[in-house]
Amino acid sequence: MATAANKTSAGKQEQQGFVYLPLIAGWLVPGAGHFLLGKWIRGTLLAASIILMFALGLAMHGKLYTGGPEILDLLGFIGDLGNGAMYFVAHLLGLGAEPVMVTTADYGSKFIVVAGLLNVIAAVDAHNLRTGRKEA
Amino acid sequence: MFRPSHFTAVLLFALFASTVFGITMRETPKRMFKYGAYCFALFVGAAIVLSWVMYLIAR
Repeated sequence: MATAANKTSAGKQEQQGFVYLPLIAGWLVPGAGHFLLGKWIRGTLLAASIILMFALGLAMHGKLYTGGPEILDLLGFIGDLGNGAMYFVAHLLGLGAEPVMVTTADYGSKFIVVAGLLNVIAAVDAHNLRTGRKEA
Repeated sequence: MFRPSHFTAVLLFALFASTVFGITMRETPKRMFKYGAYCFALFVGAAIVLSWVMYLIAR
């Protein structure tokens, strides 16, 4: 009985620590939240999907939103921020700064925004796994 | 510059979004796969149906 209680206590201690780490890591780097929890296959699939979507968006000459007075620019910026570190790196490298001139570039802009939104979903999933709200 | 056709862009979009939806919305690998495939079919099917609707409206 005492052994079982000790195990439960040890398990709870393992669950303690910074609960939001998978959420923040998953936001900054796609799939990282799942990697931290040992979910390697899920993390790899999520990372591949989100990174590829973001990269293809840039390859299509999609626009990286930087905010602005227009509501659509602001919403696009919020969506883009979901990409975490990828957004900041791409912005620093000057990618996605060209104006949208062709239809494909418009698709690209949407790919980048949706990649950010999907990354937020993935990061929240990692948080739910961490807190036990979702079964592993 | 990567310039996919509209339909190729739909397929890519559906593939990536369905993968994330499948993994995050279900709990077991089998159910994840089934839900991902269901989302993919809905994305692509809806795009095809809406394309025909727009084509017929424009005539």
